[in-house]
Amino acid sequence: MSGFYGTKNKTMERHVLLRDVDVPNIREYDVYVANDGYAAWKKALTTMKPDEVINVVKDSGLRGRGGAGFPAGVKWSFIPKDIFPKYVVVNGDESEAGTFKDHQIIDGNPHQLIEGVALCAYAVQANTSYIYLRGEFYEPAKTLQRAIDEAYAHGMLGKNVLGSGFDLDIHIHLGAGAYICGEETALLSSLEGQLGQPRLRPPFPAVQGLYAKPTVINNVETLANVPPIVLHGAQWYRQYGTEKSPGTKIFCVSGRVNKPGNYELPLGKYTIRELIEMAGGTMDGRPVKGVLPAGSSAPILPANLLDTKLDYESVQAAGSILGSASFVILDDTVDIVWAARKMVRFFKHESCGKCTPCREGTYWALKLYDKILSGHGTLADVDMIGEVAGQMAGKCFCLLGEFATSPMQSTLKHFRAEYEAFIANHQGGKMNGYTDELIREGVLAGPEGVITRH
Amino acid sequence: MADLVNLTIDGVPVSVPKGTLVVDAAKKIENDIPVFCYHPKLKPVGMCRMCLVDIGMPKIDPATKQPVRDEQGNVVIAFMPKLTTACTTPVSEGMVVRTATEQVRAAREDILEFLLTSHPLDCPICDKGGECPLQNLTLGFGPSVSRFDYDAKFHNEKHVPLGDLIYLDRERCIQCSRCIRFQDEIADDHVLQFHDRGRGMEIITFSDPPFDSYFGGNTTDICPVGALTTADFRFKARPWELASTQSLCTHCPVGCNITLNTRLETKSGGYEIKRVMPRQNEQVNEIWICDKGRYVHHFTRAEDRLRQPMVRRDGRLVEATWEQALQLVGERLKAAGTSVAAVVGDRIANEDAYLVAKLVRALNGAIGMSPSVPAHYADVARAFGVGAHANLAHLGKGDVILVVNGDVEEQAPVWFLRLRQAVVDRGAALVIAHSRSTKMHRYARAIHRYEPGYAARWVADRSEELIAKESLKDARNLLIVFGDEQLDGPSARALAQGLANLLIATGHAGKADSGLLPLYPHANTQGVFDVIAGADRAAASNGANGKVGADLRSPICDSRFEVAWLIGVGDASDAPSAGFTVVQELFMTALAKQADVVLPALSFAEREGTFTSGDRRVQRFYRALPPLGEARPDWWIAQEIAKRLGHSWGFQGPAHIFADLAHSIPHYSGLSYEVISKSEPQWPPMGRGDLYYGGTVYDNTGGLGARYASDAERDPAGVRPYDGAAPEPTIAGLERRPRPLYRDGELIRRSAVLASHIVPAQEVA
Ligand SMILES: Cc1cc2nc3c(=O)[nH]c(=O)nc-3n(C[C@H](O)[C@H](O)[C@H](O)COP(=O)(O)O)c2cc1C
Ligand code: SF4
Ligand code: SF4
Ligand code: SF4
Ligand code: FES
Repeated sequence: MSGFYGTKNKTMERHVLLRDVDVPNIREYDVYVANDGYAAWKKALTTMKPDEVINVVKDSGLRGRGGAGFPAGVKWSFIPKDIFPKYVVVNGDESEAGTFKDHQIIDGNPHQLIEGVALCAYAVQANTSYIYLRGEFYEPAKTLQRAIDEAYAHGMLGKNVLGSGFDLDIHIHLGAGAYICGEETALLSSLEGQLGQPRLRPPFPAVQGLYAKPTVINNVETLANVPPIVLHGAQWYRQYGTEKSPGTKIFCVSGRVNKPGNYELPLGKYTIRELIEMAGGTMDGRPVKGVLPAGSSAPILPANLLDTKLDYESVQAAGSILGSASFVILDDTVDIVWAARKMVRFFKHESCGKCTPCREGTYWALKLYDKILSGHGTLADVDMIGEVAGQMAGKCFCLLGEFATSPMQSTLKHFRAEYEAFIANHQGGKMNGYTDELIREGVLAGPEGVITRH
Repeated sequence: MADLVNLTIDGVPVSVPKGTLVVDAAKKIENDIPVFCYHPKLKPVGMCRMCLVDIGMPKIDPATKQPVRDEQGNVVIAFMPKLTTACTTPVSEGMVVRTATEQVRAAREDILEFLLTSHPLDCPICDKGGECPLQNLTLGFGPSVSRFDYDAKFHNEKHVPLGDLIYLDRERCIQCSRCIRFQDEIADDHVLQFHDRGRGMEIITFSDPPFDSYFGGNTTDICPVGALTTADFRFKARPWELASTQSLCTHCPVGCNITLNTRLETKSGGYEIKRVMPRQNEQVNEIWICDKGRYVHHFTRAEDRLRQPMVRRDGRLVEATWEQALQLVGERLKAAGTSVAAVVGDRIANEDAYLVAKLVRALNGAIGMSPSVPAHYADVARAFGVGAHANLAHLGKGDVILVVNGDVEEQAPVWFLRLRQAVVDRGAALVIAHSRSTKMHRYARAIHRYEPGYAARWVADRSEELIAKESLKDARNLLIVFGDEQLDGPSARALAQGLANLLIATGHAGKADSGLLPLYPHANTQGVFDVIAGADRAAASNGANGKVGADLRSPICDSRFEVAWLIGVGDASDAPSAGFTVVQELFMTALAKQADVVLPALSFAEREGTFTSGDRRVQRFYRALPPLGEARPDWWIAQEIAKRLGHSWGFQGPAHIFADLAHSIPHYSGLSYEVISKSEPQWPPMGRGDLYYGGTVYDNTGGLGARYASDAERDPAGVRPYDGAAPEPTIAGLERRPRPLYRDGELIRRSAVLASHIVPAQEVA
């Protein structure tokens, strides 16, 4: 038992994914089985051809929940039929700031993930699957391993599952703490024991993935959707969500709200404003200043866009991305310049270093933010941040570098006045509200004159 | 060609083979897209983002699958939403590439500005300064000012030893991974890697000993900045002070084309070699050399080089004038009659060996070469050697490479690189027969073993089995690389003959890319043999009376002569005993110390001449340094001695001698300095003007050389199998232990940088 801090928010009559909210102890095999558990798996193995599984997932319109929103069934159909071995790799790196949905699935409803992995493996005829979890998921990994062991013990995994002739092994692999290892090709490199840096595409993982063999990579949440889809059919699934964004989605809400946590909702039904209300509203009822829809990677949406509907298309139309749907709510107590710097610092820390614009650009940008926060900034530095971001944009090897430009460009776009005010109010390098933080981070010399890190 | 793809780059139409990358297609039409991480010999990685260009494709109508046309009938081009890396994008039909747009110009400037933010800009003390891609591309495409706050610059360690031969300056590194990729993809010594991430990402070596590779020096050539420098050259000179001379490596049978960079040096009183650099020859060494070739040059200006003739007086060697020394040698030779034996070392140029042989022939003396074992099979290697136009780069799928009794990496390092690529990258099958393991064994499809010394016996006994098991008859080509370790002369000959028989039996004899490739000990083993043996034959056919020099295969060291004349044999143990010994050398070797006359010779760097590589390519080297003291070229010494014996040849120099040589030695007929000095543009284009693209390698202007045809190629009808018998191994043969690359010797000993790498002679034997 790992004592997940996650909230038991009741947002749906019957959850599709967060079933631990509805069914106590569903992480136990017997409880899961008593609640339709492994019924889809049995159905597929005994009555469906692999392609039929792919087709039902295709028809369901299920889109990847890891960020890019690519249709899962379509991805599976890219896997060549005649090359063996193939692999299913599960992306449980869950490293985006403010994202904690996969955590709750792994911890609270692990068998549904395992069943989803099994269905995916059967659909593409892979006999081995690796579940890549971020290193900090040490405790959840134990829960998941226990569930995997139970599934083996009950013949749901291993050799000749349910007499079908199909073999499947699932292994857990813990990462070592790098945001970039959530990017699918870097994840594969990391899994192979190499440096966690993204690879050139093409070849795409579907053709040459893990160990250069055809590989499906899906997010934990994506695969957790599969058992109910296979069991109840595509039409059933489409009762939730919109035409282009079908199904339910877990929204991770954090920041200045009273009830941070995971909220599973049909896509496209509610607005950001309603989501904040579900999360207990802002602390002390203060006005919202801005919302980050996908943690630090997505452009900030200012308060006037709170009525944006919660689906992929609407959030994009509003000028941001839904991504992993990790909503960080900033109220009027949050200093945007400080928040932007935090995010830039995160990207500078997480840049893998492979390509020039991201490696050098995040370094440069953070230097500029540090200068501003320590009370030495000028308006020219503010412009320079925009220049550096613009200079990075569209040139990076992978999306991390592109993401890194979001906090800079979007805060400059919507909150430039705050930057100007900040410069005006923090001059001459005097102690300010951020000095302690900068000393802690080693940017400024502390009383003992310690500067330790870049 | 069916597989040509048509595209336009800045409006210029180009047709290139399918699979060509946009960056290379542009190069074909001299549109230089700037690159840092891309290197045409390495797999693309797309890291540095310097090569961003605007790429568009014909818009295809999904219904008709035909290109969409506008009202004027022009194909509509859909450009990518973002700029694309030219180094990772293969060409496709109808592609439109734009490199001259404002967007592309700005992107190049942006990337350079980024790179320079973290760069220390210490060009004034950087070894790369003056031949640095980062400098050049900054001048060409970079911003004129930096907007980066200098105080915010990232600093990192300088002078980090990566092993004892290469130093890393971590601040200068631009994280292009060329060095890592060279070590992984070309050398297959996985010794470098990135460590850490983001701005902290840096190069480390993780092998023990660190940077453990025979090829590490090449990383300093392809590093696009001064991050990697050799312990030998760092802080020794600025590139623009260096004169460069086209030359050849003398250390192994590959015959790598090199450039000697020299500079005037007060300390040594004249020019000296500051560094050895590769010179591009796609047929020989491409753009690589091994570290032995790179670092073993200090002997040329060693303090203890012989500078003055010496003669023995009252039991001691004392300095003499050339006149005195030559006079003495002439008198003793006159008195000796035919009781004269000459031994020529296999690092001596063709022209020198030719004149020595010419004189000995005229005296009806005996002549041999040192080491003597290769003389037992060099005629077989020549008869069944690779074709005149063979290139290891041709080998790939369907071909079989058979390595017998040879350690390719230790004995011909650059052949190792090239053969490895034929196997690993292009799919040739590798079959190895050896008594021990070598690095080449990593790539073998099949491995056969025998007891040490039994190579020839094994081939004699197992040929049929081998042909069947490895389907040698079905191979497209059969290349047989062989060595002579632990074999005496007769066994080595039996091995070569057995392998020649294998070529005949499988139908590969005389084919262009098939044949024998001998792992000779030095750079001119084949040439010295050709010239000496050929001179004998020429003399016989000219009806010279009496015996025309001893058969090269019979050991002359077992006989006693009036005069022994030893030319560049080092510490050879196979010198004959004689009443009077003349030694021509660079150093006071153990043999020289016992000689009656010691004549100082010039090294390869101080004169010109030709060598014939192990694969029979005759190549020229040029004079890079002025003569040292009173030392003279070996050919001059031979001609002067001949003069004292009444033969006035009047050769003006090596070119003149070569013309005579080519006339009298059948295999060399048709060759001339003119023929072997010819050069042609190489693909991929590298060298000076293209150093941003290929590294600091030099262009080949001194000649690509020419290979003479094998006997089997010239006269297929005359091909006959040899007697297949192989003798029992002998103790003398078994004592010829494997020769590691860094085995101790007169030359390597004078390169202090390699001191800790030298394998002592007693361990080699
Ligand atoms: C910088 C970066 C970080 C990412 N991190 C994650 C992550 O932590 N978890 C995840 O599932 N996908 C992450 N992704 C997305 C994956 O690359 C990939 O699209 C996803 O695993 C595909 O699964 P899906 O189709 O099921 O969403 C990341 C992408 C990028 C560019
Ligand atoms: S953008 Fe470049 S440096 Fe940044 S994480 Fe991706 S590959 Fe690494
Ligand atoms: S040391 Fe040189 S070759 Fe190696 S990564 Fe750095 S810049 Fe590139
Ligand atoms: S491979 Fe041989 S010829 Fe080439 S540099 Fe090395 S020793 Fe010299
Ligand atoms: S990215 Fe193309 S040359 Fe570096």
